[in-house]
Amino acid sequence: MKYSFYNLVRNSFSYHENWEKAWSSPELKPEYDVIIVGGGGHGLGTAYYLAKEFGVKNIAVLEKGWIGGGNTGRNTTIIRSNYLWDESAALYNHAVNLWEGLSSELNFNVMFSQRGLYHLAHSVHDMQEITRRGYSNYLNGIDAEILNQEQVAKKIPHMNMHGRYPVLGALLQRRAGTARHDAVAWGYARAAENLGVDIIQNCEVKGIDISNGKVVGLQTTKGSVKVDKVGLVPAGHSSVLADMAGFTLPINSVPLQALVSEPIKPILDCVIMSNSVHVYVSQSDKGELVVGAGSDAYNSYSQRGSFDMIEHMMAPLVELFPIFSRLKMLRSWGGIVDVTPDRSPIIGKTPVKDLFINCGWGTGGFKATPGSAHVFAETVAKGEPNDIAAPFSLDRHYSGALVDEAAAAAVAH
Amino acid sequence: MFVIKCPYCGERDQTEFSCHGEAHIARPDNPAEVSDEEWGEYLFFRNNPKGIHFERWTHDHGCRRWFNVMRDTVSDKIVKTYKMGDQKPGVKDV
Repeated sequence: MKYSFYNLVRNSFSYHENWEKAWSSPELKPEYDVIIVGGGGHGLGTAYYLAKEFGVKNIAVLEKGWIGGGNTGRNTTIIRSNYLWDESAALYNHAVNLWEGLSSELNFNVMFSQRGLYHLAHSVHDMQEITRRGYSNYLNGIDAEILNQEQVAKKIPHMNMHGRYPVLGALLQRRAGTARHDAVAWGYARAAENLGVDIIQNCEVKGIDISNGKVVGLQTTKGSVKVDKVGLVPAGHSSVLADMAGFTLPINSVPLQALVSEPIKPILDCVIMSNSVHVYVSQSDKGELVVGAGSDAYNSYSQRGSFDMIEHMMAPLVELFPIFSRLKMLRSWGGIVDVTPDRSPIIGKTPVKDLFINCGWGTGGFKATPGSAHVFAETVAKGEPNDIAAPFSLDRHYSGALVDEAAAAAVAH
Repeated sequence: MFVIKCPYCGERDQTEFSCHGEAHIARPDNPAEVSDEEWGEYLFFRNNPKGIHFERWTHDHGCRRWFNVMRDTVSDKIVKTYKMGDQKPGVKDV
């Protein structure tokens, strides 16, 4: 059923009790052409584009928990594309272009809000960094405005411009913003199922069957399944899946935390982000401040970060916004992020034939969801990455052609 | 947050330490002769296990010395800490 004003009115007569389920719970079939492992935004999106644009008919998405229950539902929902290097700019701006039409494409409101993102500069070096990156963005067709102290103070009047680390300027991307993270998973799931994709929840992959160097099947908690091609799209468990297929990855899995405050009236109509004091904050449509910062430095799969990281988020937040100092924080949570040496993702082929991987998005994968899914779908369908995906191959860790993206994590590394 | 037993100073709060990734990775003896694949493996590829992990920590705000930690990455429980140069403990030893 199409979501429309007409159907909204029609269903109101039956007290909204007769809406169809957005997606069903099909049984796992014995054989598929393509299986996507991981039912987050990237995985569901991959299945959607495979079915819609690349004519693949028999697709399943396997998710060990519930769809969107991993990092898709655990991030701070920030979307931007103001990356330094050409390779990253192409990938993340492809995503922003898709974000702009996503709600109507999926017939599902993902609440994409281009409220603008201010990346703050606190020192001469920071000003040089945002200037360099801003000009790099211009050259790559990404909107960027370099603002001075006065312009930032006028736009965000309640921000403390003269703290211990004064705000000297900012890099503004007006096309950046936020989206509703759950809706992205739900929208892709519903649209994919409408195209015949089987979404199998509570189905964990336990083994990968390989014959003569080619993937032939998967062992899951719901039985074994034969398959022609597999796309691994796991956030937080990339190394575990790679281990099943007999190869290792240049990845460390670390906890990353975020938290939200009690809801308040509208006070912040943009996204604020700072490398140097290291915090990022936006206000959700419910009124909560959504706050994030750095990841822990040690490997962990516990989905729980350390307490001192919370202090490291709060200190810069209240320095920038003393007005927030008496807010109560309601919830905090952790996700496990797969960090690569250059903070850029890995998209493409693996040492196993017809087994593809899309992982290593580190601390910033949500923003790329549609772009990542789109280029990965093409990679899986054609067996070769396209021009956007090619620089992000696993092989770059042998050739040395890293995409060393310090802008990826909003943190010096 | 952990309490970590520094082999030199005893139990201290985790905030005194920093973690520096997987331990027991030997630099190839002949860097000029190894292939790009071997050098890439050495530089970038890591085990990243879900379970027992051997890792290097430094006691930054204490003795400033490096040591190794054997830790379960699922529960974050530290099984053992030991000095650099000590034998890598087997999973069955502890």
